[in-house]
Amino acid sequence: MGMGLHNSEVKNPVLRWVDQRLPVVTMIQKEYGTFPTPRNFNYFWNFGALAMINLAIMIATGVFLAMNYTPHTAMAFDSVERIMRDVNYGWLIRYVHMNGASMFFIVVYIHIYRGMYYGSYKTPRELLWMLGVVIFLLMMATAFMGYVLPWGQMSFWGATVITNLFSAVPLIGPEIVTWLWGGFSVDNPTLNRFFSLHYLLPFVITGVVFLHVAALHVTGSNNPLGIEPKDKQDTLPFHPYYTIKDSVGIVAYLAVFAFLVFFMPNYLGHPDNYIPANPLSTPAHIVPEWYFLPFYAILRAVPDKLGGVVLMFASILVWFALPWLDTSKVRSMRFRPIARIFLFLWVISFFVLMYVGARPAEQPYVFIGQLATAYYFLWFLVLLPLLGRLEKPLPLPESISRAVLGARAALPGGGPVPAGAAAKPMDKA
Amino acid sequence: MVEALAPGGGKHSVTHEDAAGGHPSDPTKRDFLKLTTAAFAAVGAAGLAWPFVGSLAPSKDVLALASTEVDLSPIQEGQAVTVMWRGKPVFVRNRSAEEVREARSVPMSELKDPATDQSRVQRDNWLVVVGVCTHLGCVPLGQKPTDAKGDYNGWFCPCHGSHYDTSARIRKGPAPTNLVVPEYTFTSNTAIRIG
Repeated sequence: MGMGLHNSEVKNPVLRWVDQRLPVVTMIQKEYGTFPTPRNFNYFWNFGALAMINLAIMIATGVFLAMNYTPHTAMAFDSVERIMRDVNYGWLIRYVHMNGASMFFIVVYIHIYRGMYYGSYKTPRELLWMLGVVIFLLMMATAFMGYVLPWGQMSFWGATVITNLFSAVPLIGPEIVTWLWGGFSVDNPTLNRFFSLHYLLPFVITGVVFLHVAALHVTGSNNPLGIEPKDKQDTLPFHPYYTIKDSVGIVAYLAVFAFLVFFMPNYLGHPDNYIPANPLSTPAHIVPEWYFLPFYAILRAVPDKLGGVVLMFASILVWFALPWLDTSKVRSMRFRPIARIFLFLWVISFFVLMYVGARPAEQPYVFIGQLATAYYFLWFLVLLPLLGRLEKPLPLPESISRAVLGARAALPGGGPVPAGAAAKPMDKA
Repeated sequence: MVEALAPGGGKHSVTHEDAAGGHPSDPTKRDFLKLTTAAFAAVGAAGLAWPFVGSLAPSKDVLALASTEVDLSPIQEGQAVTVMWRGKPVFVRNRSAEEVREARSVPMSELKDPATDQSRVQRDNWLVVVGVCTHLGCVPLGQKPTDAKGDYNGWFCPCHGSHYDTSARIRKGPAPTNLVVPEYTFTSNTAIRIG
């Protein structure tokens, strides 16, 4: 072992030579092979890996779409139609990319909910959580700009409405909007820069995902019980246990994805976007993509232009403060019977906002949207800080292994159990 | 999950160590499962790659422009026209009797890429060749009356000095083969379709 070389344990001489100089094999073995992972993950813990795969799918399909797309107002719509009709498998690549955006948001919303329910944002994982919020914001920007690229009616008018949000900025609002557009309306310069940024941001996301995972591997994963692993009994090596469990999740995820792509590829889209952009005529109902609807509903809940914009941005920025707004020492909602009910209500308010966001801005939807918006913020700013102090949580288990074994001990013991299938997972530790 | 792969009774007892590392000796059911899994994964990966690789091949609109019609009626004897076919120039030349005689009087032994003139044309006077030098892809001169036609009265490539004769065969210079004769058919006495 020479000076300055990494002390590699890799057997294969070629890999060893590389590993001594750049210990990637050692790193992968440490972070994804033997990495000690709480033994009690449920399937909610699949969604980080699923999000990572989804990002890879979006980048792969996006790179190939960009090879055939023309970012010019006169040609963009036709170039997308050419992808659909003339390019070999273009329809498949585009439908995967289109529905991949929806799948990405489904996966990430579940991933965020997992973090909220099991208190994954609490110390020492605050920065891990905040990096996640950054990823979500970048995803929103990327998805929005991607939706503009086909240059259909919804592309154009969505871009117009969303960029006009910035006109609410006091004093310099209109100048900001002109600057964003690169002109006096959404036009070719806007389309060009959106295409450039839409291609760039996924790689920025990849970078922040790397930081997100690096932070995760410092603190280790949270788990459904929300208590830290104490000894070897509480963890399993990541491989093969969670590589296999993630693989099961990936199969289910791909089945849903494939169903969307092959049987209802336009279900989550909007037919108006198959009409070429027309700056002289606004569609009757401008609706954002489904994954933006809750925030759109918050925007419309406030009868004041600046107030609505501020509240909409605040509805996501408040997530950054979540680690400090939640004053409870107990992470998992399993042990917080009262807070859990209010969290479920918050989830309902989120879905109500999603529903209201898709409806026209008239009664009773406006009022319902205002109620749901009020509860959305009430949960974060009042209930969560208060409940941490007032609520008496259920007793926490001593350790993860005790809790898991205890749950098994409570099962009826004498019943007939099929051989093999019922082999005791606990014996392996 | 792990037990299901190596059920009780098998000689392969499952622990963390061999789950991560595996035994080098003795092919086991586990080895078989690993190999079949890898085989399925390889087929799956190939299936995934297929549409991506396929999307790089010429699309339907490109293929739809893959043939070109040429009206021969305005081309007088001794004249030549250049038409675009699949993004490349095609030389169509209405050769004079003198040029045809010249092309047919050359002994095969003098040719670098031997081919009779008869094998390169469908009708004696009409020569149709792809106007791309077989050396490195430049367009040879010789279509216009004012162009240099090279030492053999055919075409001359200015890039690296290849000389082609009146049958567009390479006679001198670095090009390895004759100018390519594309697939074409006479759709009438005065029209051809290339491609």
